[in-house]
Amino acid sequence: MRAETATASVYGDRREVFGLSPDRLFVVVSRLTALVVLCVALSVFTPYFLTWSNIINVLRHAAPLFLMSAGLTLVVLTGGIDLSVGAVLGLAACIAASFITSGYPVFGIVAALAVGLSCGLVNGLLVAYARIPSFIATYGMLWIANGLAYVFMKGEVIYGLPAPFRVIGTGFVGPLPVPVLIMIGTLLVLHVLLHRTRLGRGIYAIGGNPVAARLSGMPVQRRLVFVYATSGLMASFAALVIIARTNAADVSLGEEQLLPAIAAVCLGGTSLFGGVGGVAGTAVGSLILALVLNGMNLLGVKTFWQAGVLGGIILLSVLADQLVGRRISRRTA
Amino acid sequence: MSDTKVGRPQYPVSTWLAQAPGAVYLLALMSIVLTVATPGFFTVANLTNVALQVAVLTIVALGMTLVILTEGIDLSLGPVLGLCGVVMALMVVSGWPLFMAIGAAVLIGAAFGTVNGALIAYLDLPAFIVTLGTFGIAQSIATVLTEGNSVTGLPDYVRWFNDGVFLGLPVPIWATALAFAVTYILLYRTKFGRYTFAIGNNRHALILSGSRARYYQLLVYVYAGVLTALASFIMTARLNSAHPTIGIGLEFDAIAAVILGGTSFEKGRGGIIGTIVGALAVGVLRNGLNLMGVSTEWQVAVVGFVIIAAVGLDSLRGLNA
Repeated sequence: MRAETATASVYGDRREVFGLSPDRLFVVVSRLTALVVLCVALSVFTPYFLTWSNIINVLRHAAPLFLMSAGLTLVVLTGGIDLSVGAVLGLAACIAASFITSGYPVFGIVAALAVGLSCGLVNGLLVAYARIPSFIATYGMLWIANGLAYVFMKGEVIYGLPAPFRVIGTGFVGPLPVPVLIMIGTLLVLHVLLHRTRLGRGIYAIGGNPVAARLSGMPVQRRLVFVYATSGLMASFAALVIIARTNAADVSLGEEQLLPAIAAVCLGGTSLFGGVGGVAGTAVGSLILALVLNGMNLLGVKTFWQAGVLGGIILLSVLADQLVGRRISRRTA
Repeated sequence: MSDTKVGRPQYPVSTWLAQAPGAVYLLALMSIVLTVATPGFFTVANLTNVALQVAVLTIVALGMTLVILTEGIDLSLGPVLGLCGVVMALMVVSGWPLFMAIGAAVLIGAAFGTVNGALIAYLDLPAFIVTLGTFGIAQSIATVLTEGNSVTGLPDYVRWFNDGVFLGLPVPIWATALAFAVTYILLYRTKFGRYTFAIGNNRHALILSGSRARYYQLLVYVYAGVLTALASFIMTARLNSAHPTIGIGLEFDAIAAVILGGTSFEKGRGGIIGTIVGALAVGVLRNGLNLMGVSTEWQVAVVGFVIIAAVGLDSLRGLNA
């Protein structure tokens, strides 16, 4: 308790702004600035950007990106990583699309969610109980899910999903697109889970100090399984929204999702060392990323550049946070 | 006997078997099963083929071993291999002399290693995030340079890297042996090697004690990048063309080889002899799946499963983690 009060008073009265420590303030301000600058720049450079249909388009892209990276955020908050989100998304999309187009929509949706959940569960068990480093366990899962998706699809492309299913990707409630409503709903649920429940605080505690979390008698292993399972489930949920929007699924879908998912979490300011950040940041990160990808599209940048831009965004955001965080902690010390 | 006097315990064979890395068992099991099940496996032609196929993987895995010994990881090695191959091929095709092309590719490998190493060693960023970022960048540069196509029409002398024979042995085997020898000396006979193990053991203490741990950690990534560039020449020569995405997935096989070979992600335990066995195990596994007519899609899933199983078993046996 004494240590806690001591740290609180270091930041407490003088250095905190809106309840944020200086390094967190940098994260929030830099991300919101990026968001505004991107919007202004894109409106200036491309006349098409500020049209209602394009804004809807950006939001529709941001929604599944958020769903996927929100699950990943929980994993990152515990100090782990889930490299399999993209591949699990691809596998779930293929399974869902295949069953839905063959006339079993409910079974397809349930099967996709179940596959995502079980991939995540396996990841969680491997990390929590077999104590395999998370980037190895989930990297292995990446290739297993990729391989299974290839085997399942045999190189085919599935398209032409039924209109009632496509509502979750393209429908509207009033002026708002359905995916955006799903995004807001998920954000609220996960935010409350993280900040208002014992489970959520436990997730932060594990990431902040795993040894202390274990010694305090917290069920660390069960909570780890929970976050990896959630990550897998959210990836398959995102898969449903994506195939409903694009009206098609093929194996390459999952291969292109890993870099955006990680980039959205990094842009969202969640610390990769665990314990700091949250899903609200990831929502902002997904919006920024959707804007960048939309902007590249509108400006006619070749898709070859996409992986490089995403890689650069990942490096730049972790680099900036690390440098600013260091400078501030040096001044405090 | 003098060993026992200074206190080094003499392990019975059973202890050695209990501590041998998973690759030894996998390799033995695969070899027996394949020799019995497929007549084509235990032939000179096929075994030479396995050795040639495994050369690229082994060279990349040697560099990966050093990276993993420092408790790091380098996911970018696969795309960097693709990029180095593309750059070398493009330069040779447009008339540059071979040594310039080779130099440029090695420089690119070293440059990516330097960026990775600087961010990981000096800025303490997590290795898997940094190298995932450079993964995307290397992949993009390679596809942009070639517009997503393959580079073909290479002059004949490039094929020497794969088809050449020197003193009765194919060049890729020589290259693997040379890479192994150099890495062995670096790892077990130099300051660089002792730092590599020490960084994995307790990097924090090394840095606090004022040693140049960060500098040597950076060098580890540079070395892995340079080895990858060398491997890309063999890959390009074997296919007689360069593809921008050819290396993607190779980093995974390399990680699998290292882990199967008994190198642990913690505390700098392991070594490159295990990695050679690990690379052979992965190579024999892929070769066997090929001979048994298993499609490449299933092969990807099987290798993913094998690596998780190997790490999981090692962890349960108390070898890792």
